[in-house]
Amino acid sequence: MISLLSGDRPRSAVLSVILLAILVVLAAAPFAFPGAQALNTAAKICVFVILVASYDLLIGYAGIVSFAHTMFYGIGGYGVGLALYGWGATWVSVFGGLALALGLGIVLALAIGLFSLRVRAIFFAMITLAVASAFAILASQLSGFTGGEDGRSFRVPPELRPAFKLFEEPVLGLDITGKVLTYYILFATALALFLLALRVVNSPFGSVLKAIRENDFRTEALGYRTVVFRTKVNCLAAAMAVVAGGLNALWLRYTGPDTTLSFAIMLDILLMVVIGGMGTLYGAVIGATLFIVAQNYLQKLMAVGAAATEGIPLVPHLIHPDRWLLWLGILFVASVYFFPTGIVGRFRKAGPH
Amino acid sequence: MTADLVRLEGVHTHIGQYHILQGVDLVVPEGELTVLLGRNGAGKTTCLRTIMGLWQPSAGRLTWRGREIGGWATPDIARLGIAYVPESMGIFADLTVAENMVLAARAGRPDPRRLDWIFGFFPALRKFWDFPAGVLSGGQKQMLSIARAVIEPRDLILVDEPTKGIAPAIIEAMIGAFRELKRGGTTILLVEQNFRFAASLGDGVAVMDDGRIVHAGRMADLAADAALQTRLLGLSLDQHQ
Repeated sequence: MISLLSGDRPRSAVLSVILLAILVVLAAAPFAFPGAQALNTAAKICVFVILVASYDLLIGYAGIVSFAHTMFYGIGGYGVGLALYGWGATWVSVFGGLALALGLGIVLALAIGLFSLRVRAIFFAMITLAVASAFAILASQLSGFTGGEDGRSFRVPPELRPAFKLFEEPVLGLDITGKVLTYYILFATALALFLLALRVVNSPFGSVLKAIRENDFRTEALGYRTVVFRTKVNCLAAAMAVVAGGLNALWLRYTGPDTTLSFAIMLDILLMVVIGGMGTLYGAVIGATLFIVAQNYLQKLMAVGAAATEGIPLVPHLIHPDRWLLWLGILFVASVYFFPTGIVGRFRKAGPH
Repeated sequence: MTADLVRLEGVHTHIGQYHILQGVDLVVPEGELTVLLGRNGAGKTTCLRTIMGLWQPSAGRLTWRGREIGGWATPDIARLGIAYVPESMGIFADLTVAENMVLAARAGRPDPRRLDWIFGFFPALRKFWDFPAGVLSGGQKQMLSIARAVIEPRDLILVDEPTKGIAPAIIEAMIGAFRELKRGGTTILLVEQNFRFAASLGDGVAVMDDGRIVHAGRMADLAADAALQTRLLGLSLDQHQ
């Protein structure tokens, strides 16, 4: 177990319980929550665990601020989506599209890295912002190819469709449909990539990244070419984001600018990393889960609250479901205020690692 | 006659608009401990940083075993077998002591025998092995910084004022470590203000003032010549003794 986690234990009983609960709930989600919204939420959490963990490799471990992460997410989404749309609903399209997207993503990350990781952090951030904006405009302008602002809906391979049944009989009262299979592909990939990321940050390579984050010059004085390490982690994070984008397209059976390239997603990722705790990876799991659950269920919770407080002056107006974004904002400001080192940072005790 | 490991000939270094090194001529002979003395602001630290490639020389020749290395990138200079112990200790506070050490051992896992040898001088490092280096005291951080530089055999170690603000007991351990390193054939260039510490270790000595070397010779000669000490080092150094 510890070796699966690469020796990087959560180092707090509370955190261990929370993480284990998230793992169990995600693993059992199709059985525990039969509704479509619950499964959609669980699937989105799986996708975002990959996306946020890969972003944490950049910002939390290497200290690289990039705004191009959703671009790589989009490349994955469009790669798989357009392949399925253009080449037909086969597995060859899925893997072919993903391979092309991975190739393009890694080449772009390499190019951005080599050209701009030598410059100061703020310039790198600006360059990624410019490249990502250009890519988003390109995706919406090439409407004949990408479907423009409307995006593309496509069919997935037969085994992943809701009508497909893996077994004749239900298992534990649940039909194992193509949708359930897709969910488990997402879940297994998210788990595998998360463990891979843990391995990376706990390897000597990870130590160099942390050293670079703390002091570039000192790391160079030890003989490490920091630009090489920064470029490598940039490519790795991009590749993980591409996979997350591909999985998201498989789940939604749709790809478009709003679900992949939007700057709002970039801000969500940033918030999830900060709320969870930068440079901890476990923070990515907790941040993504908390954020997405709040995004999906806060409105419902507020409707229940507003109904229950009917008759009391002012309160039902304050917690009216229409004001859910206000409360989401307050929730985030509060969490950053009370947990400046993120939730994981708050619960981790100081002491030997 | 020992060969020159590092040689600076008429080296100038500018930091922004400031002209810090103004034609430094310095020879670091192989296998010796050379001490660089001088008042604050004389350019000693800039001299070390220029050798390390952290500042680029604007004129002059900087050679390593006769090969020009002026203008090289810092990682390439480090890979020649040069370790740098900066005045600010240069450790990574977020990383554990173990990670700091492993990071410095570029050849892979640190040699356990060498680690034991290091722990012999600096036992606190064994005690805090799995702790973040940020929790160490100032003296322990300095131990870690030196230990990191010697985790693997190096040809040259540049050390910048290791005794500054450090307790006497740790200074004694440092003297022992430097002596052993010298015996093992490591060349050391030491910037120091503590003359007694410097005199107990140094083979050669160079004194800097206003970005130039104003005296170069044997440490034993300088240590024996009080008049020369007063002329070169003035009163300011006595306060540090």
